[in-house]
Amino acid sequence: MHFNPAPMHLPDGFLSTLVSLGLWAVSIVAVGFSLRRVGRELNQRQVPLMGVLAAAVFAGQMINFAVAGGTSGHLLGAALATILVGPWAAVVVMTTVVSIQALVFQDGGLLALGANLFNMAIIGTSVAYFVYTSIRKLAGEKSWGLFLGGVAAAWASIVAAALACALELAVSGTSPANIAVPAMGGIHMLIGAGEALITFGALAFLYAARRDLFRRDSKAASPGAPVYLFGLGVALLLAVLSPIASTHPDGLEWVAEQKGFIEAARAPVYRLIPDYIFPGISNEALATVVAGIVGTLLVLAAAMGVAYLQRTKAETS
Amino acid sequence: MHVHYLDPHRSLESPVHALDGRVKFILTVAFILTASLTPYAAWPVYILLLATIMSVEILSRLGIGYVQRRASLALPFVLAALPLVFSLEGTNLFTMRLGSWTATASLEGLEHFFSVGLKSWLSIQAGIVLTSSTSFPDLLQAMRAVRLPRLLVAMFGLMWRYLFVLADEAVRLIRARAARSGRPAPSAGGAGPRPMPRLAWRAAVAGGMAGNLFLRAFDRSDRIYGAMLSRGYDGEVRSLPNSPLSLSGWLSLAGGLALLAFLLGLGALFGS
Repeated sequence: MHFNPAPMHLPDGFLSTLVSLGLWAVSIVAVGFSLRRVGRELNQRQVPLMGVLAAAVFAGQMINFAVAGGTSGHLLGAALATILVGPWAAVVVMTTVVSIQALVFQDGGLLALGANLFNMAIIGTSVAYFVYTSIRKLAGEKSWGLFLGGVAAAWASIVAAALACALELAVSGTSPANIAVPAMGGIHMLIGAGEALITFGALAFLYAARRDLFRRDSKAASPGAPVYLFGLGVALLLAVLSPIASTHPDGLEWVAEQKGFIEAARAPVYRLIPDYIFPGISNEALATVVAGIVGTLLVLAAAMGVAYLQRTKAETS
Repeated sequence: MHVHYLDPHRSLESPVHALDGRVKFILTVAFILTASLTPYAAWPVYILLLATIMSVEILSRLGIGYVQRRASLALPFVLAALPLVFSLEGTNLFTMRLGSWTATASLEGLEHFFSVGLKSWLSIQAGIVLTSSTSFPDLLQAMRAVRLPRLLVAMFGLMWRYLFVLADEAVRLIRARAARSGRPAPSAGGAGPRPMPRLAWRAAVAGGMAGNLFLRAFDRSDRIYGAMLSRGYDGEVRSLPNSPLSLSGWLSLAGGLALLAFLLGLGALFGS
């Protein structure tokens, strides 16, 4: 698809099974919690709104503008969705977007979807909410709080999601932390600037056309407290972990080894029969050859099966 | 212009297309899980997994070429695993020198790199076969069958229904921008018909369009809500109960899972 704006949708195979499944568990809990809050607190009018907004976020990624060197800037939309419908609904909207991207367009893997949801739907949204509400509180009733808050939230949500992505790759042992974290962080600081500019333009348009969307009511501000605290926590954690991981070559490994976590994350989940080669076939190279022959026969059989089906069909019709 | 080309489903007649969506969904997830659990450098298992998915590609009559063209989209991500070749310690293969910077490639690193690439390649093929051979309503039914929250599945359905409508809106906005502003010169300050406007200005215009799209989405959702109310919507998302799985569906599910379990066991044997 021409949608993929940045290497942030992790495909399958890059995260270790334990990291993937662990982040799936975290995402299921967080999304389930958000769904319950949405179901309880928002009126039923929100159901079509969230669905259509998810479609708009997806379609909005088609709108691009040219940046130097043949690349272009896109909108990812987590911050904009958070500002417009609040944190709980935004988690549901972004979950829908990221899931459909993975499920239908292969933009991100299925097993890695838990991690992608965690990075983009949960971290992206909560960090955006934390930054946005903090700045709006500072600004009081003045409108610059809306714009500065939106711009900062857009930038922070992209960078936080990218750093989380890099740290997950590092913990999985796929990419060394001292390369992945600065590379992902650096690229996404630029991409985040594009996101911030687009978000500013969108907010300026919406502020001129529909000011009522931004009216602050105290009722809507209170339910986001868990998201606010989570966003604060994630932002602090990333701010501490990322420099450690990128300056010390083995900084992250050191932190993780202290907890005995990294070995667990990298080991295959099972180790049933250690150092035992296939019975009868004592040579691994031979096993590879046998597998190659069996595989070729399998593909050949499938091709012949299809040809046979087509012929019998032609005869009967 | 309608954006139908977005839908990756290809309606063909094949045993794979005829298979129940729920079976395909579960088998796809199981296949990806198997690929993920297979240890690094268990080449025989990778070969068998590749043969399995390629057989399914042939059986589904999508063709290997079609799937590979779409699978190439995930290729750039392999770059993220490239440093592994140099960062893992083990048997030295060769040393690269760039100025004062040296890097030594190891056999273990190379094996890890190829394993990660293969796992990713296998998994994306499985995903492509699933979405190309299963229509979206069948996928929704499969997701309901594996007990995904109903509200979330309803959200997926709504999003899919209006994705094409809003993509059309986006295309209209883009066409309107092109009509208003013409095509700027490709090189800033070059000899083109007119210079490229400032980057911030271009981004703000794109932002205004995105805001416009969101506003249209808000208005449309109001109309949709009205239409839903007039059809008796009461806040509860309802759907038809799932039909029971046929015998052939159960057999395919059991056979597929048994094959994957066998490959998983093989992976445990070859795990280094």
